[in-house]
Amino acid sequence: MNTLNEWIEKQSRKLFITPAVFLILVFSVFPLIASLIISFTRIRPRAGGYTMRFVGLKNFKKIFFGSEQYHLLGTFEAVSAFGWILMSVVLFLLIWWLHIYIKREFRLIGFVGRLISALFILGITILFSTTLFSDKNFGTLPMTIIYVIFGCSIQFLIGLGLAYICSMNLKGKTFFRILFFMPLMITPVGIAYQWRMLADMNRGPLSGIWQALGLGDLAWGSLAWPARTIIMIADAWMWIPFIFIVLVASLDTVSKDLVEAAEVDGASKLLVFQDVIWPQIAPVAGTVILIRWIEGFKLVDIPLVMTSGGPGISTETLTMHSWTQWRALDFGGSSAVAYTLLFVTVVICVSFFNFVIRKYSQANQI
Amino acid sequence: MLKYLIKIMGVFIPIIFVAGMVSAKKYDGVTIRVLSRPGPVISGAIDKRGKEFTQMTGAKVIVEELPYAELFPKILADWTQGTNSLDAAVTSSAWVPELVDMGLVADLSDFVANDPGLKIDDITPYFREFNQKVNGKTYTLTLDGDFHMFYYRTDVLNRFSQEPPKTWDEWFKVAEAIHGKDYNGDGEPDYASCAFKRRAAQSYFTIWSVASSFIQTKGTSQGVFFNVDTGKPLINNPGFAEGLRVYKEMGKYGPPDELNMDISDVRAMYLKGRCAMLIEWGDTSPLALDSDVVRNLWGASQMPGSKRVWNRDTNRLENCNPTLCPHAINGVNHAPFGAFGGWSGYINKNADPKVIKAAYELFSYMNAPEQSNVDVTQGWTGFNPYRFSQFNNVDQWLEAGFTKSSASSYLNGLKESLNNPNFVSDLRIPGAAQYTSVILDTEVARFLAGEINAEQTMKNIEEKWEEVTEDFGKKKQMNLYRATLGLSAAF
Repeated sequence: MNTLNEWIEKQSRKLFITPAVFLILVFSVFPLIASLIISFTRIRPRAGGYTMRFVGLKNFKKIFFGSEQYHLLGTFEAVSAFGWILMSVVLFLLIWWLHIYIKREFRLIGFVGRLISALFILGITILFSTTLFSDKNFGTLPMTIIYVIFGCSIQFLIGLGLAYICSMNLKGKTFFRILFFMPLMITPVGIAYQWRMLADMNRGPLSGIWQALGLGDLAWGSLAWPARTIIMIADAWMWIPFIFIVLVASLDTVSKDLVEAAEVDGASKLLVFQDVIWPQIAPVAGTVILIRWIEGFKLVDIPLVMTSGGPGISTETLTMHSWTQWRALDFGGSSAVAYTLLFVTVVICVSFFNFVIRKYSQANQI
Repeated sequence: MLKYLIKIMGVFIPIIFVAGMVSAKKYDGVTIRVLSRPGPVISGAIDKRGKEFTQMTGAKVIVEELPYAELFPKILADWTQGTNSLDAAVTSSAWVPELVDMGLVADLSDFVANDPGLKIDDITPYFREFNQKVNGKTYTLTLDGDFHMFYYRTDVLNRFSQEPPKTWDEWFKVAEAIHGKDYNGDGEPDYASCAFKRRAAQSYFTIWSVASSFIQTKGTSQGVFFNVDTGKPLINNPGFAEGLRVYKEMGKYGPPDELNMDISDVRAMYLKGRCAMLIEWGDTSPLALDSDVVRNLWGASQMPGSKRVWNRDTNRLENCNPTLCPHAINGVNHAPFGAFGGWSGYINKNADPKVIKAAYELFSYMNAPEQSNVDVTQGWTGFNPYRFSQFNNVDQWLEAGFTKSSASSYLNGLKESLNNPNFVSDLRIPGAAQYTSVILDTEVARFLAGEINAEQTMKNIEEKWEEVTEDFGKKKQMNLYRATLGLSAAF
């Protein structure tokens, strides 16, 4: 009996985490491996099961170099002068960055990681230079990056601004804290339908305002950039509350003494924010940006409901692209797009974590 | 006391037993699980008739609903993996050949042959021979006769002294004359045309309703998607190019946000009286009965045609002549398009035999004239006419609320379309979703948005269709395509 109790005591750590590990394996790891295998195959359902044919990299070749290249990446023709300049500047900066690393603190793993990030950034720069900045159509990959980097940056700035205001000693701040948080509780599909109505320029509930602003005749759903803007507004409306609530909590932990001391010393509000408040909330801010980016890469419900990815494919995201392939029962193609999304998300988020968040945290500790 | 009780029980128990036997129904204990789209359209009608069927036969009918985009993947997953949680489905008939090819659908030929109540000859030839059959055997029962018709506001055209257009050229003349005028008296300019062009909605049907009249001239069996002799996609040609041109030009006479409008948006517009011309399924006129603004104001005809068509031998657009357009009416080639095929009922081959029989009888009950002739007059059901008795008997339409002239116009439009030997059958081969609702839909959406020109659109569609065909196997695909057009295998 004692032996049994001792054994249980020894194994208890493993026993307690086994259910969680099992769930992660079943719902995350195995599906990840299964979809990787599927991305190298053509699967057809048939009576009694399915047929699976190994096709190697064919699904990936199709989306990067074949008939679906325009859909994933965009249309490539002549590069504009601005595109050439941008590519050259970025290439120079990346080489300089790697050079500095090699000179100062070279470690093989660190160098390989930086090389991957650098090549990725260069690839994205080339992609944007040859499509968006050369006035050519771009595909779901650049569109998703725009939604994430640009869209989430705007969301962060607005969320930070609202959080800063609500952290001050103002009347009614509790009411506004609750009000600003509410959109996060609404289902994304509900928000998408709501914004489809709100953005209806001549029949929606806000049509009076749109018409007063001279936008009554704007058919945003038929124009690429207005459609993208409305989608980003809807996405921002949904996610700013998340950024707001996290930063409000972080701002509440900022030492009031330090702030008062700085004010007494004559520092302006901007200087107080820059040198006293921001360093204290930066780690949380970095984390909230990272979480938002990870979530942003999965954007599908809002563009699907508001525009179905149109006009054309101008508002389609990578997740929608993958879903469209799945809908057509092209499971291999769908998995190939999904894995491309996974690769992009991992490289961007890990790079951000390593070169921004961790670096900043280490610098602050010193 | 005990003896008395035993005597009472001795009398009543046999009575109860006999009564139970008498009231035992044919399919007591049988449950039929039917999958369809979210209601009330279609599913609501199945549910209503299902309850009546339960009363009559004892079989329990459970309607399971899924969003449209998930229906086919669900059926495939459920029936191929052996889960068999679904006994039957009511979905697009265009999906059935692929399921039949996989051996998943019950053959209903014997049931139909022994079912005089079905009145099979009352079903119009297209739905009876093309829609319900694969390789000469019946696998589905039509519940809804889907094809596109052309609708026009009789009051608007009369007001501006216009005749309903018979060709696309005439269509543009009428549109020019009436676009931007106020049709419903609200002071706002209204639109000559309303069309659902939103991506991933139903635009990939409407393009065929426009383009078919330039491409198919020699009857249903000529086909409009692939060359039945070579298997080459019938996309990169002057006929489809002309269809694309017309489809895009129509947008000048429609709402500015037409590219983001799906069928619900368009229906909301025409029920409010904001549209004068429409390409839609047969729901328009019955739905309009619920509108105070446009009730009985919609006329109908078969789709406008063209006097110039694609000659496949010379690869040019040429004027119709008796050889090139044997089915032309007054020199105009019409090609009404059987968009979507229609919601049809079919049964899981691996369901319990008793359930198969019960499910067949459910669909037969719904299809029978006594029920279907009422259902097709009611817009909310989503069921459109497909039987001769539904076109020929005006009284049931008058009972539903039509006036004599609007019923007459609607039924003539239906008859004109279905009696046209050049009726176009929708694509009903494996991968139909890939060919049309993904590839064609995406490229046409890009064309309408101005991302690519017509030439690039056709080239992209042709290239990707050929990839899909190669993937499935060209010989098998093309033989199946020929089978759906009533042709024997040739590849």
